Amino acid sequence: MKKAMIPLGIFLVLVVFLAIGLTRDPREVPSPLINKAAPAFTTTRLQAADQPFSAKDMLGQVWLLNTWASWCVACRQEHPVLMEFAKTKTLPIVGLDYKDKETDGLKWLARFGNPYDITVTDKDGRIGIDYGVYGVPESFLIDKAGVIRYKQIGPVTEEALRDKIIPLVRELQK
Amino acid sequence: MNLKYWLGILLVLIISSTASYAGEATPLAEDPVLEQRLMAISEELRCLVCQNESLAGSRADLALDLRREIRTLIKAGKTDAEIMDFMVSRYGDFVRYRPPVKPITWVLWFGPFLLLIGALVGLARMVRRSQSSAAAPALDPAQREKAQALLQDTELPS
Repeated sequence: MKKAMIPLGIFLVLVVFLAIGLTRDPREVPSPLINKAAPAFTTTRLQAADQPFSAKDMLGQVWLLNTWASWCVACRQEHPVLMEFAKTKTLPIVGLDYKDKETDGLKWLARFGNPYDITVTDKDGRIGIDYGVYGVPESFLIDKAGVIRYKQIGPVTEEALRDKIIPLVRELQK
Repeated sequence: MNLKYWLGILLVLIISSTASYAGEATPLAEDPVLEQRLMAISEELRCLVCQNESLAGSRADLALDLRREIRTLIKAGKTDAEIMDFMVSRYGDFVRYRPPVKPITWVLWFGPFLLLIGALVGLARMVRRSQSSAAAPALDPAQREKAQALLQDTELPS
């Protein structure tokens, strides 16, 4: 009787492991950039191409870098959440228009609203590569010293804001 | 008459389309040594958009960009190890099909061997036990006689 339980026990352990595996999203690849300096970049602003923007410009502030694109379906789902969040003026949000045509990006903002304090362009996706972006939308929370503290893979949701992002922002802003 | 005209147009279209395909393929021939290195490196890397494909085989937009990036790095004289570091520092160990051996990947690398050893030990035990139990039941003379009689009974009449 006891011996018959051993395979059953092994089987149950296996089931537990597989069950945990099922609840995890294989698309969420942990970023090696957490707690590392945010990669430097200089690019142009979407609304004013003659005004350059550097990641360095944001030093001293806690800010959110949100990658998006007009062709990105999940960004449309994320957009109303960001609009609401922007109204709270919790922190500056910088939008990175990833691999997009300027006209399309501008049209998208005009149509759905603009949650960004600054919108900058990444036409060839080179900045995205430095940030390890593999699927927009992805968002990076960057602290006053320019260190990435949190990465949201996929749309920013109300739950992610409430449970992770906002508490972390408050702490970092101290 | 009309049909011939349309067939002619179709033929021209087909020829011109294949010609443009040939034009797109030229970068491959540009520098075969570089392309070979690019392929060797990108075979080792996972495409993060379609995770069951290598960077070499994927047609995803990001894979194209990353191959372009690796090509630039090769042209800049970077070694394979430096290029791997470039990828891992951005996308993590997951991007490599053969992640490095370090404490966090020990289970990944050695777990299967542990399971194998465990299974072999279990198997050896089971075999030994069944052998010892098979040797145990010896027949006493009376039983042997009975068995003999039974065996003779079953003999087919000739």
